[in-house]
Amino acid sequence: MSALVTGLGVVAPNGLGTEEYWAATLAGKSGLGPITRFDASGYPARVAGEVPGFTAADHLPSRLLPQTDQMTRLALVAADWALRDAGVRAEELPEYAAGVVTAASGGGVEFGQRELQALWEHGREHVSAYQSFAWFYAVNTGQISIRQRTKGPSGVLVTEQAGGLDALGQARREVRKGVRLMLSGGVDGALCPWGWVAQLATGRVSEAGEYLPFAAEASGYLPGEGGAILVVEEAAAARQRGAAHRYGELAGYAATMDPAPGSGRPPGLGRAAANALADAGLTAADIDVVFADAAGVPELDRAEAAVLVDLFGPYGVPVTAPKSLTGRLAGGAALDVASALLALRDGVIPPSGPVREPAAALRLDLVCGAARPAPLRTALVLARGYGGFNAALVVRAAN
Amino acid sequence: MPLLELSDLTRLLRECAGEDEAVDLDGDVLDVSFYELGYDSLAILQVTGRIQREYGIELPEEAIGAETPREFLAAVHQVQAPEQLAEVRKIAAA
Repeated sequence: MSALVTGLGVVAPNGLGTEEYWAATLAGKSGLGPITRFDASGYPARVAGEVPGFTAADHLPSRLLPQTDQMTRLALVAADWALRDAGVRAEELPEYAAGVVTAASGGGVEFGQRELQALWEHGREHVSAYQSFAWFYAVNTGQISIRQRTKGPSGVLVTEQAGGLDALGQARREVRKGVRLMLSGGVDGALCPWGWVAQLATGRVSEAGEYLPFAAEASGYLPGEGGAILVVEEAAAARQRGAAHRYGELAGYAATMDPAPGSGRPPGLGRAAANALADAGLTAADIDVVFADAAGVPELDRAEAAVLVDLFGPYGVPVTAPKSLTGRLAGGAALDVASALLALRDGVIPPSGPVREPAAALRLDLVCGAARPAPLRTALVLARGYGGFNAALVVRAAN
Repeated sequence: MPLLELSDLTRLLRECAGEDEAVDLDGDVLDVSFYELGYDSLAILQVTGRIQREYGIELPEEAIGAETPREFLAAVHQVQAPEQLAEVRKIAAA
């Protein structure tokens, strides 16, 4: 029994909608720029990936607007688009046949900050009643399931960048248990002062305003908003209903935790990658491309490169980091999975954004400059979440 | 402050909680339940808070528990003008 992705919905800083995002990504068009959503002039880092040209009222009913943060609006639209792409009307499925599992890092932080400010400045009677759930980290899963009338198994994963992969891993479990369809992935973002200082506290955000993973001049990462929602179905059921798109199978998945700092034991990313390959029944030689976690922090880039060299050998597999065009999205690496599936579809590896070349010592075949055409059957997606989370997902082209 | 009228209530509902596409709020909705109008208890809570702020009044639990605009307006009027309402009732009863 295999779990197949049959629909994609993408909302990204460099493109609204799957095809716009993908065209921009292949062309190396960046969605990173000076923050406009709040006055960031007083902060040490001032560049992020904002989703441009998104007017929620064009896509969502007015009932939903007073009760949603920007990131929930983006998630609801991504879910709409994913289902439309899959050609499925979720409300036509039996009541408990579909579920939602998404990744979140923050929740409706921008909404929450506004209401907390109202509380302090004007008093409790000025706080929106919708604050009760609009800033809750599980709100996207809840709002998507209400809008799509899906009452099947649902949940939320909070493992920062690893979350997008962990959510898809959970969606795969549910499909294997017999759930007809899962909406999964992650769309999050908190481009407001509160969300921004939480990012800055990691000490990993680039104050130079550049996100150049694996480059010798790497200076940290840049955060972004948006992400991707994917439709996951059991492969035979998808074939039976004549699904228009069969982007690929979630063939292998694994997650690990890093050991406690100071333990001297190695981080868990390598084990996650090896376990995901084993779970897919594949060896390293079967993998055609890696979508890297690409932290952009020299020490973390070295650690990831070491894992890749250990698994594949020096320069042993094409590696790419298209997130350097969007920033690291708080909904986790779900967008990387969408990108990997689009790469399989089109037989092309997107470039690592603005990175000109990887640091020589890393011994990586990093795809830089231009997209690289290649026959692709499988991709490995890696993600590390702040706090020690590691996840790896293998996608394989549908037969 | 003038008494809260149905048109005020529907305007505030729109502003606080949006409007269901399938509903005509400008129609005869006085006795249509909030549920049928597409509003849940949080929407009513939200609009109640707004009225309390704008009209400078404190509304009782009955307003939040009102099932229709008529019930809601009655609960608000009870606070806004209790003497006036008592007078109206007396006249009606006479």
